[in-house]
Amino acid sequence: MEPATRTQNPVVTGTSVLGIKYKDGIMLAADTLASYGSLARFRDVERLIKVGNTTIIGASGDISDFQYITHLLEKILIKESNTEDGHQLYARHIHEYLGRLMYGRRSKHNPLWNSMVVGGIRDGEGGTFLGFVDLQGTTYEAPTIATGYGAYIAQPILRKAVEGREDTLTEEEAEKVLEDCMRVLFYRDARSINKIQIAKVNASGISISDPRFLDTEWAFAEGIRGYGATD
Amino acid sequence: MQMYEEQKSSCPVKVPVECRFSPYTDNGGTTLAIAGDDFCVIAGDTRQSEGYSINSRYAPKVYQLSNGSVLATGGMYADGVTLVKMIEQRLEWYRHAHDKQMSSGALAQMLSTILYHKRMFPYYVWNTLGGLDEDGKGAVYSYDPVGSYEKQKWNCSGSAGHLIQPFLDNQIGFTHQKEKAPLTLERVVQVTKDAFTSATERDIYTGDNLEMFLVTQNGIEKTRVELKKD
Amino acid sequence: MPINEVKPATGGFSFDNYARNTMLNDKGFKAPGVIKTGTTICGCLWKGGLVLGADTRATEGPIVADKNCEKIHYLAPNMYCCGAGTAADCDATTGLISSKLELHRLHTGRQSRVVTAMTMLEQMLFKYQGHIGCALVLGGVDINGPQLYTIAPHGSTDKLPYVTMGSGSLAAMAIFESRWKKDMELEDAMELVKDAISAGIFNDLGSGSNVDLCVITKDGVDYRRGYDRPNERVQKERSYKLKPGASTVLTSSFRKYVEVLDGDAMDTS
Repeated sequence: MEPATRTQNPVVTGTSVLGIKYKDGIMLAADTLASYGSLARFRDVERLIKVGNTTIIGASGDISDFQYITHLLEKILIKESNTEDGHQLYARHIHEYLGRLMYGRRSKHNPLWNSMVVGGIRDGEGGTFLGFVDLQGTTYEAPTIATGYGAYIAQPILRKAVEGREDTLTEEEAEKVLEDCMRVLFYRDARSINKIQIAKVNASGISISDPRFLDTEWAFAEGIRGYGATD
Repeated sequence: MQMYEEQKSSCPVKVPVECRFSPYTDNGGTTLAIAGDDFCVIAGDTRQSEGYSINSRYAPKVYQLSNGSVLATGGMYADGVTLVKMIEQRLEWYRHAHDKQMSSGALAQMLSTILYHKRMFPYYVWNTLGGLDEDGKGAVYSYDPVGSYEKQKWNCSGSAGHLIQPFLDNQIGFTHQKEKAPLTLERVVQVTKDAFTSATERDIYTGDNLEMFLVTQNGIEKTRVELKKD
Repeated sequence: MPINEVKPATGGFSFDNYARNTMLNDKGFKAPGVIKTGTTICGCLWKGGLVLGADTRATEGPIVADKNCEKIHYLAPNMYCCGAGTAADCDATTGLISSKLELHRLHTGRQSRVVTAMTMLEQMLFKYQGHIGCALVLGGVDINGPQLYTIAPHGSTDKLPYVTMGSGSLAAMAIFESRWKKDMELEDAMELVKDAISAGIFNDLGSGSNVDLCVITKDGVDYRRGYDRPNERVQKERSYKLKPGASTVLTSSFRKYVEVLDGDAMDTS
């Protein structure tokens, strides 16, 4: 009998996703590149999705696994709405579901190769939720979350801007800090691209921006001559 | 886990091998429990880390269970969460079957069984269970990941366990000392705080916040203390 | 060659135990760990010179070995060098190069140049093929103005207006990439370097404790040890002073453990 073949490594991948809490809700950011190893293969893939009316998710890692997860989420959402019992799935529930899904798959040694950020609000109750799930089933909540290289590069900037200011940070400030982080990631993460999307969820609903280009600054390069004993 | 990282070779140049999936990760952190005559203190820091990164500064790994016991989990966070879910389910079944709460002693034995059932694919968790026994006396049980357990008076495990345990032996157990100070709740809380502020100084995986559960006949009180964030 | 003609090595490292250690390693023996400065170090240029910065945590695996170590090393009166990696290698390498630079100055009667130090470090680290585990940030001011270099363990170099190294290098670089500007004022540059190191201290577990700064201009050096101390220890809840005689005394007689013999009288002449 042939041994079962399983996903042991990712193929087409997306890089960092960032997420923060702000005054009115949650904001996520990601770029639109899907890499094939070190090849920048697809330059217009959207990795931020809307799940129901109060939850947004951003995913890094294997794109096909994420598309499969998107399909599963659509299914449970339909099932939930068909019950017509007045309940609905909020971000905390989606996060719990994804946590169990990812942990279940890791326990079968057949992981879904993703790290995901789940954000949402609970309407009427004002609370916000920002959580993380990865391929080992590790979960946590925090006021700022970053996956992949974002954890090393963006997280320090996000924590400095957001920690302790979750309830006062305005939408404009939140959007600016995320854009600044995406720019720095474009400078330093070799699997990133200067085309990004920002998703917001607040009392007025969900909005996911169209992909847009970042403006970048390269003037400093003029002053650089060589790398060693040359002038 | 270091298993798949590099091939052993006498050649001084390291050969990287293909990145393989490891189902385990270590999320660090330290947990502690001390039993008194009529109380029990269970504590843990709230930092969740992976490698040299901090995932979250507040991800509690000490859980208040529905039977009035408190379980501190260290090691892999996802396994800890899963284990607590398993325990809660079994506690509920027990209530339905017997119309009473499971005693801490029964829970202690059950936890060992649950852990050993996954002997070949263990929960990568170091558990410390604390609470009051049926006579109202403080009880602490500590476990290894595959279910070996022991009833103790005090225990500290996790990333700074080896730093704190000898301190507890000295300040809670008064081993090899002539005078033994009475073990009051106030003293235990002070020693616990000092143990964690000291561990934060020297263990890179311990820090951010300390969460303490004080279990007495009157119920369970949860308190939080800030630790250093570097 | 007759055996008595084997001469001792005249300098450099001894590789006598290399084969033995390789053999032990293959048999599963684990060599003792070394203290590493899992570190955030960085530097940036400003209008009138440069600022170097470092955190002060040294680690040995998960344990903090030194809470307030010095990572900005002296190289020459106009040059300092931050070191990350194996602490002993950083100390020895910067010490050796600083000696060589001093002798070179005595020989030539001129100020040391930053490229000279950079080239000496580069050639030394390249020669040892990465076995000397130090990652350096070199900063100095000479007749060519302020210059900043990084030197990686294998001997590659970079010359840039702002640089970072160590396990917190990404955290520090994120701060530089979002806030560094050409021709900043001194106060702004010091604030920026402090924030870059702080980003490492609070987000990288290999870095911690305090911020050291070192400002170098054509007029001299301003070494600011403990420029920022954001991690002071809190007051302890209790005092842990033991009373004299706290230990249980099991026995006070030692005579059964020794044999007392009549010996020669002590010579007191």
